[in-house]
Amino acid sequence: MAKHEYSYYPGCSSQKGASGSNLQRSVDTMCEELDVKLNQIPDWNCCSASIGYGGGGVLPRMTLSARNIALSEQHHPDQEIVATCAACWLATKEAQERFEDDPSMMAEANQALAEAGLEFKNKKKIRHMVEVLIEDIGYDQIGSGVKRPLEGLKVAGYVGCQTNRPFGIDGESFENPMYLDKLVDTLGGESIKTYEKKVQCCGGALAFSEPVKSQEMIHGIIESAYDNGADVIATPCPLCQANVEIYQDEINAKYGTKFDMPVVYYSQLISVAYGRDAKDSSLDGQIIKAKKLEKIAGK
Amino acid sequence: MSTNTGTVEKYRNNFLKEVEANVEEGDWVKMCMQCGVCAGSCPLGKHWAHPPQEIFMMIRAGKREEVLTSDSMWMCTSCYNCIVRCPRELPITHIMHGLANYAKRLGLAPKAQPTAWFSQVFWDNMMKKGRVNELKLGLSLYFKDGIVSGIKESIKHQKLGMNMMKAKRMSPMELFGGHGVKSAGDLQKIIKKAQEIENARLESYGK
Repeated sequence: MAKHEYSYYPGCSSQKGASGSNLQRSVDTMCEELDVKLNQIPDWNCCSASIGYGGGGVLPRMTLSARNIALSEQHHPDQEIVATCAACWLATKEAQERFEDDPSMMAEANQALAEAGLEFKNKKKIRHMVEVLIEDIGYDQIGSGVKRPLEGLKVAGYVGCQTNRPFGIDGESFENPMYLDKLVDTLGGESIKTYEKKVQCCGGALAFSEPVKSQEMIHGIIESAYDNGADVIATPCPLCQANVEIYQDEINAKYGTKFDMPVVYYSQLISVAYGRDAKDSSLDGQIIKAKKLEKIAGK
Repeated sequence: MSTNTGTVEKYRNNFLKEVEANVEEGDWVKMCMQCGVCAGSCPLGKHWAHPPQEIFMMIRAGKREEVLTSDSMWMCTSCYNCIVRCPRELPITHIMHGLANYAKRLGLAPKAQPTAWFSQVFWDNMMKKGRVNELKLGLSLYFKDGIVSGIKESIKHQKLGMNMMKAKRMSPMELFGGHGVKSAGDLQKIIKKAQEIENARLESYGK
C-alpha cells in the first residue's frame, strides 16, 4: 500500500491531449517517486473554474463541486480530496466552505443532486498537491530522495494567484509566499528571492477574452524573470503555465522582445531531481524547451 | 412588463436592497469603507471605468442603471488580490462575479463585452459533456465574429495551435466528441434543477 493515498480531482486541463496533460504526466511520475497514490474521483465533472459565472449562477456553480464531493464521498470515503489545478482546488474548497457556512444552500444543492440519486455530507477536506508535499511529506523527506540535484539551475518561482489567494498554503503570506523557493532549494536548485512578479496575475481566463490586457501582464512576468537571471520559470498552476509559455511569440511580435523563457511545473523539477528522464518528467510537453533542465535530466 | 421593469418596481428603486437580496454576497456591499485598496490592488485596475469601491458607493447611491450596464465587473480576472487585502474582508471577487451574473440575467450587461461573451461560451461548452472541450472553446473564440474573420484569426494563431499539437497538449480528436463525464445527462438534470431552485428564489423575493 502506498504511504499516502488521496481522492484525486485532476480537472479538465489535465486530461490526455489537453493543455495541462504535461502537468498530469509529471505529477504521476512525482507521485510514483514519493509513494503517493492518487485515486481519481470516478466520473468527476468540471468545476466551471473562475469564469463560469457569466453562464451559471452561484447555486449551479456550487452544485458542480457538490457532485464531485458526493462522488468522492461515495467512492473514497476515507480519503481527502486533492487537486493539482489551482482553479479546481479553489472552486471545490470555496464550495465546501460556503456549504458549511450556509446550510440552506447545502440543502438546495442536495435537492439538485437528488435528481441523479446523489447526496453529499460535505465532510471532506479539500487540499492542494502542494499541501501534500509540504505538510504530509515535508521538505526534509523530499530533499532526502534527491538523486540529481538541480545544480546551477536558476528558477523564478511563479506562484501566481489562485494557488496563493484567497486560501494559500498555511503559514505562508499572500504577498510573498516562500514555499516554491524553498522547494527549489530543497531540490538543489537556485531560487530567485528577488523575483518580484511571483504573485502577479497572468490574466487567468481573461487571456482568452482580453488578450491585449493580459499579455501586457504576461510580458512583465517574463521580463522580470530575465532581469533576475532566471533559466526557467516554475509554477504550480496549469493556467499560469500555459498563459506564460504559449503567447511568447505573440508578445515578441508586439513588444519587439526576444523572449524564449521555458515555463515548467514544480512536479517536473521534482521528477528530474529524483533521477527520472526527460520523458517521464514530461519535458517533451514544453513548447519552449527547458534545455538546462533537459541537460540535468540527461546526466 | 419585462423582468427588468418588474424588478425596478419591486424594489421601489432601493438598489442596495435589491443587490443584498439578489446578488452573490451582496449583503457585504454596505460594509465597504471606501479605502480604495481594492482599486489599487487590481491587476487590471486601470481598465475599470468604476473600481470596486466606486461600484459599492454607486450601489448605495441607487445608481442601478450605471452599475448594471457597466463593463467594470467584467474586468475581474479572479486573482483574489482585493479579497485578501480588503481591511473589512469583503468577498469583493465574488460580489463582482455576482453583479456580472445579475446584470447578464437581467439583459443589462454591455453588448459585445468579450468576457461576458466568453464566460457564457465557457459555461455552455462545459455543460455539454460535463468537462471543458479546450479545442472547441478555442475555435469558438476565433470564430466568434463569423467565418471570414474566423479563418483569418485561425491563420494568425496557426503556429500556436501547431505548437500545442506537437507537444500533445491539444488534440484534433476533441472535435469529434472528446472528453466528458459518462452521465452527462444526469449532470445536466442536476444543474437544471439547481438553476430552477435559484430562479425561483430570485423571483419570489419581495413578493
